[in-house]
Amino acid sequence: MKPRFDWIPLALVALVAAAALPLVASAPIWLTLTVAGLAMGMMIFMMASGLTLVFGLMDVMNFAHGVFISIGAYAATSVLIALRGAMHADSLAANLAAMAPAAAAAIAVSGILGWLFERVVIRPVYGEHLKQILVTMGGLIVFEQLIKVVWGPDMIAVPRPQALSGSFILGQAAIERYRVLAVVVGLAVFAAMWLLLNRTRLGMLIRAGVENAEMVESLGYRIRRLFVGVFVAGSCLAGLGGTMWALYQESITAQMGMQVMVVIFIVVIIGGLGSVGGCFIGALLVGLLANYTGYLAPKLALGSNILLMVLVLMWRPRGLYPVGR
Amino acid sequence: MIRSLLSADPPGSRLLAASLLAVLVGLALAPFVFPGARSLDVAARVAVFVLLAASYDLLLGYTGIVSFAHTMFFGIGGYGIGIAAASWGSGWGSLAAGSLAALACSAAIAFAVGLLSLRVRAIFFAMITLAVAAFFQILASQMSWLTGGEDGLNFNLPSVLSPGTKLVAAPVLGIDLNGRVLSYYLVFGCALALFLVLLRIVNSPFGRVLLAIRENEFRAEALGYRTVVYRTVANCLGALAATCAGLLYALWLRYTGPATTLSFDIMIDILLMVVIGGMGTMYGAVLGATIFVLAESYLRDLLRLASDATHGVPLLPALLHPDRWLLWLGVLFVVCVYYFPHGIVGRLRARRP
Repeated sequence: MKPRFDWIPLALVALVAAAALPLVASAPIWLTLTVAGLAMGMMIFMMASGLTLVFGLMDVMNFAHGVFISIGAYAATSVLIALRGAMHADSLAANLAAMAPAAAAAIAVSGILGWLFERVVIRPVYGEHLKQILVTMGGLIVFEQLIKVVWGPDMIAVPRPQALSGSFILGQAAIERYRVLAVVVGLAVFAAMWLLLNRTRLGMLIRAGVENAEMVESLGYRIRRLFVGVFVAGSCLAGLGGTMWALYQESITAQMGMQVMVVIFIVVIIGGLGSVGGCFIGALLVGLLANYTGYLAPKLALGSNILLMVLVLMWRPRGLYPVGR
Repeated sequence: MIRSLLSADPPGSRLLAASLLAVLVGLALAPFVFPGARSLDVAARVAVFVLLAASYDLLLGYTGIVSFAHTMFFGIGGYGIGIAAASWGSGWGSLAAGSLAALACSAAIAFAVGLLSLRVRAIFFAMITLAVAAFFQILASQMSWLTGGEDGLNFNLPSVLSPGTKLVAAPVLGIDLNGRVLSYYLVFGCALALFLVLLRIVNSPFGRVLLAIRENEFRAEALGYRTVVYRTVANCLGALAATCAGLLYALWLRYTGPATTLSFDIMIDILLMVVIGGMGTMYGAVLGATIFVLAESYLRDLLRLASDATHGVPLLPALLHPDRWLLWLGVLFVVCVYYFPHGIVGRLRARRP
């Protein structure tokens, strides 16, 4: 039996966007804010999806997830700085040719680190939540310091490619080009994940593992390998998200991962711990709301996502799409 | 007498007793034994952080709940004194009013947060408290008309506590007994008394129930204890003790700001202190906080020597850079979680004769 899809959270995103239109009272500004919000949401989704998937499958909450974001961002920035020439060329093809190896480097470094982290740090503490929280916090401290050892403690400026800075003019609305790229990449990642999880045998095993790991194991599948694969994939996504985030912020610091982590936790809680779809909707809501409130009531902007979390939890105490267990 | 002061929970190892005694005597005689502004400051910070770490141990070590909002309560204490002294003047009355307001505020927030999220699993509580603490930090820096924003609040205290006041005309044992020394003893005395109260709490029947909940929540519930109630009360007690630590810290610094009380770095510091010292032992908080504050103040100097000595070797000087002291404590932290779940105190007690 296939349960009916729950449309209400998805409608909520449209509702928030529609409700903001009369408040903003200017269609071009509303369009700019909406695109900015969607772009921010997509980037947050890329960073958060790995965390929620790992939690859903392995019951591990990785507080060091932010480290993979920062490491990815640092690795990508190193490549981008080395390819500075191609970044400044005024052609989209040359720019993308520089960004592709940067993103690949970020994904590779984060993935390898994730594999090591799972083996060395997390494996001994499966099933012990208290120790997991403590050990991953310890990992966060150590890796944050190691980043400072390797790349130095100061902020690093990230060069943004020439063809992607500046904006399109659409009617009267100015839309930053980079944000369009972020939306496209984010949608592609979400679509790929959705297809993988819902249309492939591997995805079926992962979903079955989320439901009941022991049963999957007793059917003869090696759930451990699945765990490791998902953990590495989650770390890779964090690295990719970190790259996008670094280019968006145009600067990186060793603490950036931890700073984003608060938003990521909020998104994961809003979506329902372990739910990828909920994470996507939650990220979009947080991104849109942050941009609307940033325009309407700048003082509220930083706190808007907490208020959103409180409201959502009052409505659905286990998140938008609660996962069984 | 001593046994009842320690709530029948003696250190249980000679070495541990000796080191605790050393910390106690060192703190009690700090103005005379270690003269100088810097070392008195270190001693006061040790006293405050022992109390703060002990109150966190009540949550983490005894009840098994991980809260990342502990600095929030520390900050509420600091801002309670800061806002009261900055807006109502520096009399004892305004300090008392500010302290009471801060304690009431902390208890209310801890109660609300606990009741809302302690029913669910440890991970959820940790994430919620992280978000709430971040929100509070934003609030403190945005409401600058009240809190002074990022700059924080400088304020004056009753004149008897100011460095210019001499209590005794002639120096005693070569030290001027001024208001600064008096405020040090105020901080030290309060921290010691509150630490003994916390020790009393964890060794009471109430504390036993907390331990039972930590070990097996399901069984504790089955024995008839309402775990939510016990956890919420423990959360409130921990929050109140942390608020007291914040009050004392503000009294000592005569300043309150986001960086000294609310920042996430301090939360990590507390976590390191409790875990390295030993979770669920209370005495671990004493050793952990002492070691940590000493490391923060003096490990840099040691690392600088090591860094200079290894000059020329690749990578080592960068790893031993004076600013990387937290790296080594972080490694120690991870090792402690895996191999020494009861930290230094657990090691010392295991070798008991």
